[in-house]
This record gives sequence, C-alpha cells and structure tokens, in this order.
Amino acid sequence: MKKNNFLKDLVGRQIFIPIAALLVLALFNLIADPAFFKITLGTNSTGDPVLSGYLITILDYGSELAILAIGMTLVTAASGGQDISVGAAMAIAGSVTLKVLCGSNTRPETLQAPIIVGFLVAVIVAMLFGAFNGVLVAYFKIQPMVATLILYTAGRSIAAWINNNELPVISDPAFAYAGGFIPGIPIPTTCIIAAVCVILIVLVMKFTALRLYTQSVGINESSARLNGLNPEMIKILAYVILGVCVAIAGFIKVSRLSTINYSVIAKDIEMDAILAVALGGNALSGGKFNMGASILGAYVIQFLTTTLYKFNVPSAALPAYKAVVVIALVVLSAPTVKDKLSGLGKKLKSGKQGKEGA
Amino acid sequence: MKRKLLSALLCASMVAVMLVGCGNGDKKADEPKADEPAAAEEKGDELIKVGIINNDPNESGYRTANDKDLKEFFTEENGYEASFAYSLKNDEQIAAAQKFVTDGVDYLLLSAADTAGWDSVLQDAQAAGIQVILFDRTIDASEDLYAASIVSDMDKEGETAATWLKDQALGEYNIIHIQGVMGSAAQQGRTKGLNDMADAEGWNIITQQTAEWNAEKAQQIVQSEIDKGTKFNVIYAENDDMAKGAVAALDKANITHGVGKEVVVMGFDCNKWALEELLNKNWNYDGQCNPFQASYIDEIIKKLENGEEIAEKTIIMEEKGFDAEEITQDDVDTYGI
Amino acid sequence: MRNIDKTFPGVRALQNVQFTLEKGEIHALMGENGAGKSTLIKVLTGVYGKDGGDIFLEGQSVAIHSPQDAQNHGISTVYQEITLCPNLSVAENMFIGRTKGMGVNWKKMNKETDKILKSLDIPAKATQQLGSCSIAIQQMIAIARAVDMDCKVLILDEPTSSLDDNEVQKLFKVMRDLRAKGVGIIFVTHFLDQVYEVCDKITVLRDGQFVGQYEIKDLPRVKLVSTMLGKELDDMSDIKGEQAAYEVDESIPPVYEATGLVSDAHIKPFDFYIRKGEVNGFTGLLGSGRSECVRAIFGADRVTGGSVKVNGKSVKISKARDAMKNGIAYLAEDRKRDGIVGDLSVRDNIILAQQVLRGFFKPFSKAEAEKVAAEYIKLLSIKTASSETPIKSLSGGNQQKVLIARWLFTKPQYLILDEPTRGIDVGTKVDIQKLVLKLASEGMSVTFISSETDEMLRTCSRLVVMRDRKVVGELSGDDLTQNKIMGTIAGGDN
Repeated sequence: MKKNNFLKDLVGRQIFIPIAALLVLALFNLIADPAFFKITLGTNSTGDPVLSGYLITILDYGSELAILAIGMTLVTAASGGQDISVGAAMAIAGSVTLKVLCGSNTRPETLQAPIIVGFLVAVIVAMLFGAFNGVLVAYFKIQPMVATLILYTAGRSIAAWINNNELPVISDPAFAYAGGFIPGIPIPTTCIIAAVCVILIVLVMKFTALRLYTQSVGINESSARLNGLNPEMIKILAYVILGVCVAIAGFIKVSRLSTINYSVIAKDIEMDAILAVALGGNALSGGKFNMGASILGAYVIQFLTTTLYKFNVPSAALPAYKAVVVIALVVLSAPTVKDKLSGLGKKLKSGKQGKEGA
Repeated sequence: MKRKLLSALLCASMVAVMLVGCGNGDKKADEPKADEPAAAEEKGDELIKVGIINNDPNESGYRTANDKDLKEFFTEENGYEASFAYSLKNDEQIAAAQKFVTDGVDYLLLSAADTAGWDSVLQDAQAAGIQVILFDRTIDASEDLYAASIVSDMDKEGETAATWLKDQALGEYNIIHIQGVMGSAAQQGRTKGLNDMADAEGWNIITQQTAEWNAEKAQQIVQSEIDKGTKFNVIYAENDDMAKGAVAALDKANITHGVGKEVVVMGFDCNKWALEELLNKNWNYDGQCNPFQASYIDEIIKKLENGEEIAEKTIIMEEKGFDAEEITQDDVDTYGI
Repeated sequence: MRNIDKTFPGVRALQNVQFTLEKGEIHALMGENGAGKSTLIKVLTGVYGKDGGDIFLEGQSVAIHSPQDAQNHGISTVYQEITLCPNLSVAENMFIGRTKGMGVNWKKMNKETDKILKSLDIPAKATQQLGSCSIAIQQMIAIARAVDMDCKVLILDEPTSSLDDNEVQKLFKVMRDLRAKGVGIIFVTHFLDQVYEVCDKITVLRDGQFVGQYEIKDLPRVKLVSTMLGKELDDMSDIKGEQAAYEVDESIPPVYEATGLVSDAHIKPFDFYIRKGEVNGFTGLLGSGRSECVRAIFGADRVTGGSVKVNGKSVKISKARDAMKNGIAYLAEDRKRDGIVGDLSVRDNIILAQQVLRGFFKPFSKAEAEKVAAEYIKLLSIKTASSETPIKSLSGGNQQKVLIARWLFTKPQYLILDEPTRGIDVGTKVDIQKLVLKLASEGMSVTFISSETDEMLRTCSRLVVMRDRKVVGELSGDDLTQNKIMGTIAGGDN
C-alpha cells in the first residue's frame, strides 16, 4: 500500500517524465544490446587513461545541453519566454576565447594568453550579450523570442567578424582538455564541468533567494513588484546567468575540436535547450520551475540522439524519429494527459482492490 | 491550363527581350573595345562595373576563401569596380540583384542561395544589357539568361576520391561514411562517387549518416561506432570539419589514423589546416573543391568584352585530390583555403 | 442529491451533503468561502466526478459525467463570469452549439430569439452584438439560453456580484417568472439581502458538510449567519465595543506623514498622517481615488511630488521596497492581480515580502519558512491542506489571510489594507476586522479601506473622505456616522 502511494507520488511529480523517459530509453537499449551499459577503461592516443562506453558518451556529449538547460530554465521561468540566440551566442563566446588565445595569428605556436583568461573574457562577453537580451525583454517589453531573434540572426556574423572571418586552430594540447580528458583523469572533463555547474546552481539556489524571486516574477510580475522586487533586474539576471552558461558551453564546444566553424558550431542547440526545459515538465509560459527536471531533460535528448546513432537510423530519417519521440514525451507530460493517466491508474487500482475484496 | 499559357507567353516575351538584349550587349561590348588602349594605361573612368552576389562568407571556410579570392581579384588595379552583396536567403539576393540592375552594372556575378526564382530579375538584367555570370552554383533558368556558369563538378570530386581509395588496395574496406547536409550538391556528388564505387567493388559501408557539415556531430557518429565495437578502417567524411570531428573520436579511443595506420581518413575542401594534417601524415586524402573562381570569371569577361562567343556555357573548374604521401608544403600554401 | 462525497488530494471537499430542490422554487445555497458550494455545483453539473452518493432527477437516479450530460438532463448553469462570446450576436449566442447540421436558418433563429427575449422581458435585440449589452443583460441572455434549452434546474452562481441594484431587480423578475413556469433555481450568493428578497428555501453548507435546509421564514438573518459560521455570532456590535477610544499623544511625531503627496495616477496632492496605534481609513466612492492615495503612500505608483516623513524623519519612498524598509506594508486591492503569486505554495507566499526585505543572499531555509508558515496558518486560522498547497487553490478568504500573513511577517509599524474584505465570506470579514483592532491595540498603525461604510465605522477612528480624486474632508469622533460620511462624499450642503 505504501509502495503504491510512493508510486502515485512519483507519477504526480514533475520530474517523473524525464526519469520515465530515461528508463524507457535505457530499457530499450539494454534489451537491444546487453553490453550497452558496459564501461571500459582504456587509453587514448596520448596514452592517458580514459573511460569509454555508451553511458560515458551520453554524459560527455550531453554536457553542453545540460549546462544550457540551467540558464534556459531560469530565463523561461522569469520572462515566460525563451532565448533562441544561445547557439549564436556560443559561437561568439567560442570566437572570443580563440581570439584572446590566438591574437592576430590564426595558428599560433604558443598561446597569447593563459587559457583561463580566454575563458573569462568569453564569460564577460557572453554576460554582456545576455544582459542585452535581458534589457530588451525586461525594459522594452519585447517578446523574448523576438528580442533574442536579433542576436540569433546577427550572432554568427559577429562571431566570424571577431576573428576576421578566419578559422583559428589551437595546437596546444592543454586547450583540448576541457572538451576531452585531463591527463590522468579518466572521466571526460565535460562531465566534470557539467557536474560543477549543476552543483553551483544548486548552491546558488540554496544560498540565495533566486528560486523564489524568479518564480514570483514569472508567475505574477505585478505582485512581485508590490512585494519590493525589481522584476526587470531579475529578468536581466536570468539572461545574464544564461550568458554564463552559454560561455561555458561555448568553451567546451571549441575545446572539443580546438577550432571553430562559425556557421555550424552549436547549430540548433537552442531548440534542444528549450526542449530540455519542456521535457522537464516546466511550463514554457514561465513561473514555477524544476531545475533538476530540466537538466535530466537535457540528458534524455542526448540519450535519444546517441541511441539513434547507435541503431544507424538512416540519416535522412533521423530528425523524424527524434520528432516522434519528442512529441510522445511532450504529450505525455501535458497536464491533461497526466490527469487522465493518473485517473486510469486509480481505476486500475480500485478494480484490483475490488477483486481482492471478492 | 492558364499557367501553361502564361509560361508560353513568358517564353515568347523572353525570346523577344533576348533579341533586343543581344543587340544592346553587342553595342556595349563594342565601345570599350574601341577605347581599349586607353583603358590599359589610365584605368580611371573605364573600370568595368561588376555586381557580385554571394552567400554569406561566414557560411564556411570554402565561402570565406571564395569571397576573399573575388575581393582580391576584382580590384581597380585589375580594371574592375566591384560591389558586393551577401545573403544566404534567396529573396534578399534577388533584391540585391535588382538593385545592381538599377545601378547599371556591366556584369552581374551570382552565386545563388537557391536555384529557383531568378527568371524575372535576370530578364530585367538582360533588358538592361547586363551580362550575368553564375559561379559556384547553378540555377533553374534558361541558359539564355546567363552568359556562363562556372561550377565545380561534385560528382567528379566524389569519383576522384573513390578512385583514389580503390587505388590504396586495402585488404578490406569497412567504411564510415559521414555525409554533409542532405540534398546539398556537394553531399549528393560526393556520396554518389563513393556509393557507385562501393557497389562496384563490393566495399562494406558500415554506416552512412549525416553530420550536417558539423564536426561535433561527426565525432558523435564515430564515437557511437567505437562504443558499439564495430571494425572499420576508412572514414570518408564529406568535408574537412567532419573529418576533424571523426579524428577527435579516434584519438579518444586510441585508434591510430593516417598514412600506414589503422584507419584511412578522407576529407574534402582543402582547408589549409586539413592539408597540414595531410602533410603530417595524420590524414590520408583531401579532395579539393575549388573556391578560386575569380580568374575563370575574369577570362569570361575578357572574352565578352572582346566580343568573343562563349562556346560552352558551363565551365567546370579543375579540381585536385591530395594524397598525404605526395603533398608538399607548396601545395598547402597554394591550395589551402 | 443524496450523500454526496467528494475528496480532493488532502482535503475532503464534500462529505455526505444533501440537497433537495423542488419544482418551481428558488433555493439559496449558502456557506462561507470554502464551505463547498462551488464543489457541490460542479459535481451536480458534471465538471467534477463524485466519489460517493447519488443524484436523483424527478425521482430517477441519474449519472452525470460531463457538463454535456448535465445539459441533456436539463441542468443549466450561469456563472459569475459570462461564458458567452461577446463578439457574436445575441441570437448566435442563444443558439451556438445547438444547431443541428451545418445549415443555419438565420431568419428563423433571429425570430425565435426575439420571441424568447420578449417572453422574459429582456430588453435586447436578436441581431445586436452581445458585447454591446450591459453585463446584466448578458447575464439574462445567458439565463434565457439556459431556459430555452428546456432546463428544469437552473443554477445561478453569484450572478449578482457585478450588477447594480436596478439590474438585480430585473434579474429577480426573470427569476420569479421562471419560478412561476416551474423551473427550479439554485441561487448561490454572498448577499444576505438578496436571499431574503427572492428565495424560498436555504440550504447551508459548512466545511464541506451539510448543516441543514431551512424555510426562509424560519431562519432570521442573524441565525443564518451563525449557522454559516457554526458559532453563535458574538454579534457585530461586539467589535464596536472593542474599539477603545483612541488617545492622541501629540508629543510623538506621527508614524507616517505626507505633505502634498501626488502620484502619476491622477490624484490631487494630498496631506495625510497616521499615528502609532491608530486605525484610520480612506473613504469615498469607487474611483474616487482612495486606492490611488494609498498606492502613492506605498510607492506602488510613480510618486511625482510631495514630501514624506516616517517617525518624524524625512524619507524618500519611490518604490515598494523603500516603503517596506520604512516598515510600511500594503495589502493591494486586487488580490488576484497584485497580491497572490498563484502557483507558489502558501508557504512561499507568506515569506515572500520578508524574504525581499532580508535580501537576495539571505534566503529562508526550508525549515525556517515552514516554521513561519505553520505559525501564521495557525494564528490566522488559514484553511489549507498544507503549507505546500498552491495558494491559487485556496478560497478567496483564505488567500486574503495568507496575504495578510505575508505582511504581518514583515513586522510593519504601519499596515495599509485596501479592500481586504471584498469578496470574502462573513466569517473571515469579522476575523479581519477583529485582527485590525487587535493589531492597533498592540501599537501598529493601520489604514483601512472598504466599500462597506459600516465596516469602516466599526474599525476606524478617523476617516479621510475623497471625492473626484481629491481629499474633501476628514471625519473623526462624533462625526463618524453613516449620514455624515454620505453627506461629505456627496458634497454640497446635505
């Protein structure tokens, strides 16, 4: 009986959908290939130990999305809309990092600045762009999608312009650590970075009133204002935090390949980030949010992508498969369907009980 | 029915316009010819005005090199006054073309974003006596509407690469094929070359997926194959970026690649950094997609100015394929983009 | 309806409720907010399923699973908020969703409509756009639509709350006509007067339970109120007694003092002060600028001029946060728009203002917040399943209590309550009035605004009277009578 309650409780929870999706995907893969969860310790081409296996791959490549989901959740909650410029902004952040590290030479023998400086400058630039979006949304009351459309359109050109349209390549192996492995540590660095980001946001939400403020502003701006909050600042704050996430994700992306391609880097990632938020069961119209569910949503998307690659789904059909699964997940997480399902569950239960009674 | 009638009418009027257009063109071509000696000495007001419509140079390294080449070539020193317009959107390109026509350029150089929708603006150009030269991309319009079309033969690129792969005489062929954006000319040509050869030679293509020109997606595709534990010894990536992504996955799994190693790596486009990988023997092959069309265009314009006939409207550029064992630093400097 | 049960997660909303409606009677369904009136109606109309009990219609047991079912059984509902389409014509609204097949005979439809309107004496034309009718007429058209659908049972859920007296009378006439035609009407309202004017019987619910069914003549008003509250009403006059004579201590500067205060909400500059432990109020007709004045005090509107002193010290209050820092709290007039944060829990709603005062970097821990919430839920006897319940699922009165808790938690020295008792049940009203006086006796200054003058008279020792966005007088002591206030509001010599 108690177990039943627990189950019911779980089904009612927001985080249920992404967890269920993960389980279904995992089960499917396990049946199709029992070795799916095998993780092996090998070495990479430089002789350092690395872990490998599907799970590692999912965690590795899902990192950027998970990091972006953090910021996107906040932006969605506070402003009731989404930032569609994150992909373009990542191109800018990556480009800035490379510019700082390479200077005017596109293929420097030695780096012009410590890697951390390149990263921090990108963080500041991305925060500024975030603030720009935030100001448009908060003070000029432009719809978030429309406001961020500006950067979405112009971002990649700006990214290219920063490096004079050249494609810098960094040969220093240390630069690739962030997108690969740090010698001696077999866990992908991206996973570590994502974990750090998650821990950071958990701490921020624990030690600041960010959650309460963001939700209040998202649910009832007028009321929040009368309670002494400054809704504009909180919205901008959300966009700036997303800016930080963008810079981190952008840094990982350029680090993966030690170079950049302005037109395709992080292409369409904004849609996946928004999807992660939606899969987490968060209302895209803002208000209450569940950060954990969003982050899980991000990994669900990556899990799905990796699964599709694994099964060699014909390339042209890949988006179609993805769309079907996504529709199923989103429909399942819609409140009306949820209600129906829990009603059905109840009926089943009472039916069972009736039988037991007889 | 109505539509058919309309198009018939359009055709008729097109022919009429063309006749007039040709007449104009001849006349115009005559004029500079008369002043040619002067033009050579004092370039001042005798510059040939060209309007260049291109895709956004940020689109790819190829486009960047292409744009740079055009910019470096069509200068006042070479007798040209060039205006540029960039867009990845067809309607914006058409608007730009319209503007060039109104501005009265002598030549309209066009790399169209989309193949359709160009008829009316090209007719306007013709009516105004403007010669149109297509580069890099063709359009769905009557050949009469343009003077020449300078293109890469993507089928040939694929064929050259596949032939090279055959010549390697590997014991067995287990190929990971990473495709570009599905439906693009480059993807179609390069895929066809490999597919035809694989069918003929009985090669085993273990996976064929699109990474949409995206390095990271290519990395994931190869990673997936590695995780699965499939055996493969060739990576055929339809551009350099994707080859680079694939190699990153190989490095992670300690699978060697390059000349005389476990996996043969093939790319396209001849980015400078890619050719350097060849030079270092980390990759095996890189197929060229020639972005240097300016000299070809110049040649055509010269011919037209001299009133010569353009016999073959479609001009296919020469394109090479580089082998890691033969490439030299000179090649890298000359052909790297 | 017999032995109706309805359970919501955590709350037993209805328990063994009985309700009997005869042909041709007007039956009032009464109860405090949260007593289960709406739930009962929704069960009856198939919006909610019932967990137990039976519904009989003309002696036959019926199953009602959806609003459609209810309609087929001749049960129609007219809600407080009009649910028709204002941009369609009256006739279209009458027949929308009821035409068979695709074809529409417009002429016939309009003729039919005019006939029905005339039979009920509703002053509207079939071809008129519904939105151009007054709310009362729209209300009546909704009723006409229900009647035309052969309804046997008509449910009117708070139909009169947005009507003026004249319109209410018209509505009552229609109701009486329908009664004469044998329709049974269930009338849900907060207005006691109206119940006694038009109804035949009263059923009272309390805490989701059936209290009793009474003939109207057997249940005098006071008795009705006490039945609803479930306690012998210690009568409103009792509160009056609590109002200790307020003594002014001139030596201490007022808690709050404004001179020539003016905001961008179109009010004339006004002077205002309040002393420690004082309860005063703004009175005037709706739209006279009462709310705008207190909004200016709190900095909710943009203050464009004037000077403000708090405890004798000059301060600048340009936004809510400034006011809060100076110990001023403001319960806004529009609870839904400016008060509750609907999706958040009761707990979060309680701590919100104090959290803002503490600052971004000092969040309440869950345990702390829980403790505070529990304390205030108990103190103000807020009815909620738990502190985790979203505030929007509480009844209006309880939402208001949560908001009061929110502001009390900021420990203000000066509390402004703008219409705290509007749209909430009698019991909570009394609770709030008592609370105000208690707070004042503990030294808090309170400004109280209400549309009900007797409420103001019961609580305030001084009233600022407003007319046309201007302060026109101040009344205190013996001048605090209904007549005097009316006279001042009306202006002139009377």
